[in-house]
Amino acid sequence: MLSRKASKDSHGQDSSYFQGWQEYEKNPYHPIQNPMGIIQMGLAENQLSFDLLESWLRRNSNTMALKKDGVSAFKDLALFQDYHGLPAFKEALVNFMTSMRGNKIKYSSDKLVLTAGATAANEILMFCLTDPGQAFILPTPYYPGFDRDLKWRTGAEIIPMHCSSSNGFRITRCALEQAYQLGQELNLKIKGVLVTNPSNPLGTTMTKTELNHLLDFAIDKNIHIVSDEIYSGTVFDSSSTTSFTSIMEVLNERNNNNYNNIRNHVHMVYSLSKDLGLPGFRVGMIYSNNEKVIAAATKMSSFALVSSQTQFLLSNLLSDAKFIKKYMVENQRRLKRRKDMLVRGLRKAGISCLRSNAGLFCWVDMRHLLSSDSFEAEKELWKRIVCEVGLNISPGSSCHCSQPGWFRICFANISEDALHLAMHRMKAFTNSIFSVRLPIIMMRKKSF
Amino acid sequence: MRLLSTKATCNSHGQDSSYFLGWQEYEKNPYDEILNPKGIIQMGLAENQLSFDLLESWLAKNPDVSGFKRDGKSILRELALFQDYHGLSSFKEAMVDFMAEIRGNRVTFDPDHMVLTAGSTSANETLMFCLAEKGDAFLLPTPYYPGFDRDLKWRTGVEIVPIHCSSDNNFQITESALEQAYEEAQNLNLNVKGILVTNPSNPLGTTLSLEELNLLVDFISGHKNMHLISDEIYSGTVFNSPGFVSVMEVLNNRFSDADEAIWDRVHVVYSLSKDLGLPGFRVGCIYSENDTVVAAATKMSSFGLVSSQTQYLLSAMLEDKKFTRKYLVENQKRLRRRQKMLVSGLEKSGIKCLESNAGLFCWVDMRHLLKSNTFEAEMDLWKRIVYDVKLNISPGSSCHCSEPGWFRVCFANMSEQTLKLAMKRLKSFVAELSSSSDNGDNKAHQSKRKSLTKWVFRLSSRDHRQRDQEER
Repeated sequence: MLSRKASKDSHGQDSSYFQGWQEYEKNPYHPIQNPMGIIQMGLAENQLSFDLLESWLRRNSNTMALKKDGVSAFKDLALFQDYHGLPAFKEALVNFMTSMRGNKIKYSSDKLVLTAGATAANEILMFCLTDPGQAFILPTPYYPGFDRDLKWRTGAEIIPMHCSSSNGFRITRCALEQAYQLGQELNLKIKGVLVTNPSNPLGTTMTKTELNHLLDFAIDKNIHIVSDEIYSGTVFDSSSTTSFTSIMEVLNERNNNNYNNIRNHVHMVYSLSKDLGLPGFRVGMIYSNNEKVIAAATKMSSFALVSSQTQFLLSNLLSDAKFIKKYMVENQRRLKRRKDMLVRGLRKAGISCLRSNAGLFCWVDMRHLLSSDSFEAEKELWKRIVCEVGLNISPGSSCHCSQPGWFRICFANISEDALHLAMHRMKAFTNSIFSVRLPIIMMRKKSF
Repeated sequence: MRLLSTKATCNSHGQDSSYFLGWQEYEKNPYDEILNPKGIIQMGLAENQLSFDLLESWLAKNPDVSGFKRDGKSILRELALFQDYHGLSSFKEAMVDFMAEIRGNRVTFDPDHMVLTAGSTSANETLMFCLAEKGDAFLLPTPYYPGFDRDLKWRTGVEIVPIHCSSDNNFQITESALEQAYEEAQNLNLNVKGILVTNPSNPLGTTLSLEELNLLVDFISGHKNMHLISDEIYSGTVFNSPGFVSVMEVLNNRFSDADEAIWDRVHVVYSLSKDLGLPGFRVGCIYSENDTVVAAATKMSSFGLVSSQTQYLLSAMLEDKKFTRKYLVENQKRLRRRQKMLVSGLEKSGIKCLESNAGLFCWVDMRHLLKSNTFEAEMDLWKRIVYDVKLNISPGSSCHCSEPGWFRVCFANMSEQTLKLAMKRLKSFVAELSSSSDNGDNKAHQSKRKSLTKWVFRLSSRDHRQRDQEER
């Protein structure tokens, strides 16, 4: 009676990523009302800098009242449903992006399509770049939501490109070729590669080398690149080796005519959900040099327009360049501090993380805590951590990681106290494991 | 290998239709009372601009709401983080109450059966994804809103088969028309998944009669797995009798709650874009008693959530029942007055309208002004009205009307003065038409025709060029 999309589980929401969330909902931690509850560490939200936004709002109450220069803009905004977006907002966005990325590229507003969140942006790009049954290559581990966002209603397929801890999960030319070959074997037409840079769940920025490999690969196979740069504003460690480089920058460096084609095949996604911590406002976008993609995506954005009320508020916020600069610097400082706190706390529990310089989470190595090198063991461990330790973290398998034992742990969506408590619980847990293991090892030794 | 998808490169977004072309011409030469008094008056936009003062005064009295404050305390954090696709519960509760009020409280709605979407554009597409496979069909009575060609078909692959309605009976849906449409679908080898109606109708401006509603319900009852979608986006704009009867009311009266078989197959779409005049805020919803549809649509709404900032503002506004009651009554009063103004203005030009009791437009009969009873003649007339009379109105063919000569003319998106000017222009045009046909003097007419033809050529060659550029 209903479509297959409505009846099947093809929305991908029965994965453990969502199950852990459900367990949390049943027994959520609260410092006073439920101190023994589950601490939510599976939500990649940035809750560290609301005070800064709140103080800006207090100083700019006119914007909230939808007034511009004392005159009410209510009527104009209420009627504004042009899918080209509020020009002032798009201008503010491209200026924000330009300065945030070190003024290395000047972004222009006519190459921008606004969408209700990056979720909508990614789906729209799939609708524009693939026919049902065609595929995109995604390096693993990747954001679990992609299984729904990229495949569900579009009919597109995902081919995982397995990255390994042996080289810090970096993208290699070899892995790209392997994934492409897998596509051939499965008889799937590959239309492109989608990367998240900085990576979710790794928390690392892609190196220029990786980006160039990606470009070379896309040129060679004549396919698209989609770079989801939603975490680009969360880079908190920027040395020369670890700063953020956008795909657009690397593309720009290829200046001669041989590269005209690729210019039309590179598309970027961005959003204010992570950098500004505003997922509820639904602000995302597609950025592309390809006019046809922009034209089609603009029309498709009719299904996911950004509220004009929100466009107005944020165009004013982003236009306050002085505030935004201060905000970004302070926000990044707070993110770094939190990450360091998490890394230290885990270290005390005998757990190490992948070295990261961005994002709202760490990619944590718990392989040594597994009872065996298997995904069953990973699931067991995960269940213990959720139910016994009381921490909702995301198991690597839900991110399609090819190696068991890795977990994503978020650090920016809870209070400092909750983070300390979480680390305390973790330490107690690992202590208990080792205190059990040690006698067993001793016993084994004895029987030998 | 094609680099882009079929969807991105084809024309099935339907946006090359005249509906959008007229809009583009208006954009090039828009009327402005002071800056461009000879410009094109926009009468093709179904917007409700009559009652903003009421909304603005409410906002002025409730500054905390836009300031992200509740009881004096900042709730920015809560709202900024709120992306739960179940929607703000206070907002859904306020929406169901508002919808019930519009229906005279003869039906009540359960907020758990409501799915919020970024506008009814998103709601309609989402329902297609939930109810139909690519290649299935929905039956739609003509004339219908031109946007449906894009919203229902483009990315979903669903087909539309028209139910032809005729002026003989005021475009009401008849059993034979339904049967014919169903048969046509069978002949085209299409699996009919349901019927979609807009009630009150766009572009007719009329509410569906009880007979029509019962006919529709009977029809889907009689066909296994067939759904009925009722887009009730204009339900709050009913300004005259007969009143508005929602399909939910009909179900309520005819079936018990236990009759899942029928309740599971009827779905309502609503939005605040027309009643409250807030299309920019992107607030739409799907209402269904079918749990599976609600579950799937809820997850799909991830692709088009309503901004939490907007949900909060509107939940506070709609919770103010004193305000909503006053608003609905006053808004309807103003709409009624405007419609009367348009109808009498047209009458003075010897032009009749379909008798209407709702909506933001009239369905206008200009058949007597056509050179011949053809769609070419309708296009000719339309172009003259856009270019010579300088009124952007929507030709019936863009709404898939089966009879040439009908036009949709909006009345709620401009000032009273502008409306009066539009009527004046129309009157002169009609007078000129009848005098030139009286005199048999076609010279001026012909040269105007020539320049129009040139313009048409320019326009269509541009389309061709666009098409050539598209990838094969």
